[in-house]
Amino acid sequence: MQDVDAVRGELLARVEAADLDGLERLRVAELGKKGRITALMKDLAGLDPDARRLRGAALNALKEEVANALERRRTALADAAIDARLDGERVDLSLPVRPERPGRIHPISQTIDEVVAIFGEMGFAFAEGPDIEDDWTNFGALNIPPEHPARQEMDTFYLPGERDGRRLVLRTHTSPVQVRTMLNQQPPIRIIAPGRTYRSDYDATHSPMFHQVEGLVIDRDLHMGHLKGCLSDFLRAYFAAEDLPVRFRPSYFPFTEPSAEVDIGCAREGGTLRIGPGRDWLEILGCGMVNPVVLQNCGIDPSQWQGFAFGMGLERIGMLKYGIPDLRTFFESDLRWLRHYGFAALDQPSLVTGL
Amino acid sequence: MKFTLSWLKRHLDTEAGLDEITARLPMIGLEVESVQDRGAALRAFVVAEVVEAKPHPNADKLRVCTVDTGRERLQVVCGAPNARAGMKGVFAPVGSVIPAGGITLKAAAIRGVDSAGMLLSEREMGLSDEHTGIVELPADAVVGSPAAAALGLADPLIDLAITPNRGDCLGVRGVARDLAAAGLGILLPLDASPLPGNFPSPIGVRLDFTTEAASACPYFAGRLIRGVRNAESPEWLKRLLLAADLRPISALVDITNFLTLDLCRPLHAFDADKLRGHIQVRFARDGERLAALNGREYALSPSMTVVGDDAGPQALGGVIGGEPTACTETTTAVFLESALFDPVRTAETGRALSIASDARYRFERGIDPTSVTWGLEVATRLIMELCGGEPSEVVVAGALPAGGAPIGFRPDRVRTLAAVEASAEECARTLDALGFGGTFEGETWQVKTPPWRNDIIGEACLVEEVARLLGYHRIPTVSLPRDAGLPTPALTPPQRRRARTRRLLAARGMIEAVTYSFMAARAAEPFGGGGALLRLVNPISADLDVMRPSPLPNLIQAAGRNADRGQRDAALFEIGPQYAGDRPEDQAVVAAAIRTGRNGPRHWAEPARPVDAFDAKADALAVLEALGLRIEKVVVATDAPAWYHPGRSGILKLGPQPLAHFGEIHPRVLRTLDVAGPVVACEIFLDALPVKEAAGTARPALVLPALQPVERDFAFVVDRAVAAETVVRAARAAERALITEVRVFDVFEGGAVGEGRKSIAIGVTLQPTERTLTDADIEAVSARIVAQVAKATGGTLRG
Repeated sequence: MQDVDAVRGELLARVEAADLDGLERLRVAELGKKGRITALMKDLAGLDPDARRLRGAALNALKEEVANALERRRTALADAAIDARLDGERVDLSLPVRPERPGRIHPISQTIDEVVAIFGEMGFAFAEGPDIEDDWTNFGALNIPPEHPARQEMDTFYLPGERDGRRLVLRTHTSPVQVRTMLNQQPPIRIIAPGRTYRSDYDATHSPMFHQVEGLVIDRDLHMGHLKGCLSDFLRAYFAAEDLPVRFRPSYFPFTEPSAEVDIGCAREGGTLRIGPGRDWLEILGCGMVNPVVLQNCGIDPSQWQGFAFGMGLERIGMLKYGIPDLRTFFESDLRWLRHYGFAALDQPSLVTGL
Repeated sequence: MKFTLSWLKRHLDTEAGLDEITARLPMIGLEVESVQDRGAALRAFVVAEVVEAKPHPNADKLRVCTVDTGRERLQVVCGAPNARAGMKGVFAPVGSVIPAGGITLKAAAIRGVDSAGMLLSEREMGLSDEHTGIVELPADAVVGSPAAAALGLADPLIDLAITPNRGDCLGVRGVARDLAAAGLGILLPLDASPLPGNFPSPIGVRLDFTTEAASACPYFAGRLIRGVRNAESPEWLKRLLLAADLRPISALVDITNFLTLDLCRPLHAFDADKLRGHIQVRFARDGERLAALNGREYALSPSMTVVGDDAGPQALGGVIGGEPTACTETTTAVFLESALFDPVRTAETGRALSIASDARYRFERGIDPTSVTWGLEVATRLIMELCGGEPSEVVVAGALPAGGAPIGFRPDRVRTLAAVEASAEECARTLDALGFGGTFEGETWQVKTPPWRNDIIGEACLVEEVARLLGYHRIPTVSLPRDAGLPTPALTPPQRRRARTRRLLAARGMIEAVTYSFMAARAAEPFGGGGALLRLVNPISADLDVMRPSPLPNLIQAAGRNADRGQRDAALFEIGPQYAGDRPEDQAVVAAAIRTGRNGPRHWAEPARPVDAFDAKADALAVLEALGLRIEKVVVATDAPAWYHPGRSGILKLGPQPLAHFGEIHPRVLRTLDVAGPVVACEIFLDALPVKEAAGTARPALVLPALQPVERDFAFVVDRAVAAETVVRAARAAERALITEVRVFDVFEGGAVGEGRKSIAIGVTLQPTERTLTDADIEAVSARIVAQVAKATGGTLRG
């Protein structure tokens, strides 16, 4: 059996010395069909059974050992080759990534989505109306006759045309959507109507276009307590402040009776405004019980139905929540402003995930 | 509406102080604009007399004064040139804070002389910029008394924002009445009893209107007072008027102004000697003019009510008086006018002539008609008190308009409407305190409205009166009951489409803008806008004068402004209205998106390229796909509107219906808008999309083929005008059951392909479903593809 040991010693030495190509040649020459070990195997036939068994086992062990050595060597060489290649593939990982341009949602859209998310939970539907209204729908139906001081104070934009003999205006508030809703639908009604509104005014706190959200709820037994509850629930959810103080103050709107202004608690400390319990109050919206005159104008029997309406400035509540200092900047489309105050596409407001 | 605390207390007997009153006012519906406690910062200062003023031993400009503060005599060094013995001034003791600068005064030695306090200038007190000397108080100022009172500043100033319905609170007495009704004191009586006249008025009054126009001035009372001396008003009256920002003129004029502010009773005082003949109240005649008290002359028109005499118009009823018949210091006989003018007509006249007067402001909100007579009596008393004189009998024309019928009021409505639990007694007490009358009994009360409350028209108004005076804090907070367990979706399908589009475009790296619905006609015209019906009658500026035909011009100009600020390469979108006409159906919501400049910043690995029409097409297709349109059925037509590049734009259509425009904006349009290109854009007509809402939520079953797909590439040479889409559709149609995808992977023109020709290479995916394709199968399909493309385009397979 010395020849087997000699072959083993020789082959293992050659395996260790071979490169990848040499390994393949070695495998064919030694382990292949015409290889040396195969030939030695063939010679077994001439031996007696005991010798054949012993030598056969030795040759099999040799064959396996060489095959393993070949495989080990092959793996080692391949790993070394990969290591060598990777070593040459180093890149400067401090380099910046390929540019991506994050999009942004405008704060007004985000605010509208938040408002809709909250009132949607309370069962309100999203109603709409045109921006170009006739003056009856914008004023008359809402109990604001032509010479009413409230109409004069609104700085209305006019268009040259007429509709059914009525003058055309850019709606000065979202309240005409109330009128359209009531004319088209019998109660119960529960709608909000966010949208564009227009007044001929431009200064630090006024823009000729701005956004309001109108709310209208008509049912049989609604009273001002429900109005207070509905708006308190909304304001506390919107400002994410369960302890937000909400205060009603008497006021006047031609289309509601009784009417109220709503204040929320705030604290003014060191030049900043914090919404929540505090020593000060901040006027936030106007509301009231729908004036029976308006119900009648819109074909709803005030002896059967009553309800409430409210309206608030969307820029205002957005500015308060997100600390945006200037109303006019909303419409300037300054990319720096939009990137700073805008919202990511995935920030879809929901009461479930939190506002 | 400005008045002082002491003015309010002329009508209201109350223990309440400033803080309590100003805290209550907004809670009963009278909004406080501001409260100025003008004397608060001066509380430490007293009236002092300079007993002696000697030169300072070490300084020429300083004086050493001995000052009597009422409690002690102190030595004060003073630099004011007017400091002298015998004068009275405002003394700030050691330890007090000087309002200007907020410094606490310390005892000090000034150039070696001790000084224990300061004599103050107006600037040091924060009253004005006056600093040429120290304040000199009148000789009758009491030494040691509070300086604020001596300066007339002890009376806090309250400014209210009165809502348009509360004309009655445009008089201080109305505010006092509300406060009294809210339980904050007692309304003091007003002496308006008739004063007998000593002689008939030599000036008569005639209301010269037709029956139909009688409402222009239905009621007029006047009276002559002779033997008056029209001097300066007394200090108390001047101070009240000054507090209300009115300039005192003379007693007669000041009295009429005072009654306007105090009792909401505008009056006019004519110099009776300057009137010719009798008073006629009538409409102005064409060509008549009035030289008004404000120094301006007005051309009058026949809708305006004038108070005139034989010489012509002498005043505009309810708006302003005339200069020629005005009272002056030489006036000895005055004819007082107390009348009722129509609110609408008064407002129209004032607006037409741009005259904003205190009288107009009150008449247009409606005033107490009974004040025509009682106001005249109050004014007469005051004139006799301040100017002397002898009154005539009252002349009256017209009649007091009839009051409204009583209003049926169910006290229980305070609970069922305002949610305020109020007892019948509380309701009755409140209404009574506000001046309402009638019978407060039974289930439905018959309530009579006081003549000064023209805003009360129904039961709901009375509910508000009771609720606001009892306090809105009594309204409970009741969450809105839900109709069902869970709400139905708030958004309609079109609204949901807009919401999806907004977040999709933002997810594609675009930034949402919200721009004005109006724009400059010049910018709108290239986009088919600027029509006469959409031009604002009263635009806020020439740059914002037409309703926009598309959001695109605004977005493009916004990109231009951003580029000017160094923010190039914008990707902006807006989802908002555009206006094709002035009817509601002409307004449509569109998603407009633009990309400008390059597709990104310079980068070491990926060079930026200029944006092109395919970026805009990708935006449009992404939206259409996200909204559930089957985009494989969408075709591209090339007749995009004129604001696009004619060769680099298209319309995405589904059948005949346009879904979106896309492409490069026409360079001429960019030149008009003064914006550098390239700008690519798309407009997606969200409101018009033929989106079918899915019948159910289940997706079709997913069938995954077991067999391997096969890919084959073809290159066709076609005429340059042939659309790639035609090639793709033809190839696809060759074997619908087998071909699952056709993809253009190469296009080139010129060179070996030949002039006017181009090569389009497509990769076709064949997906067998039943058995593996043989070479013969593949050959057969390939031949059909080549034939179909040849038939549709005339193209040939490239060798």
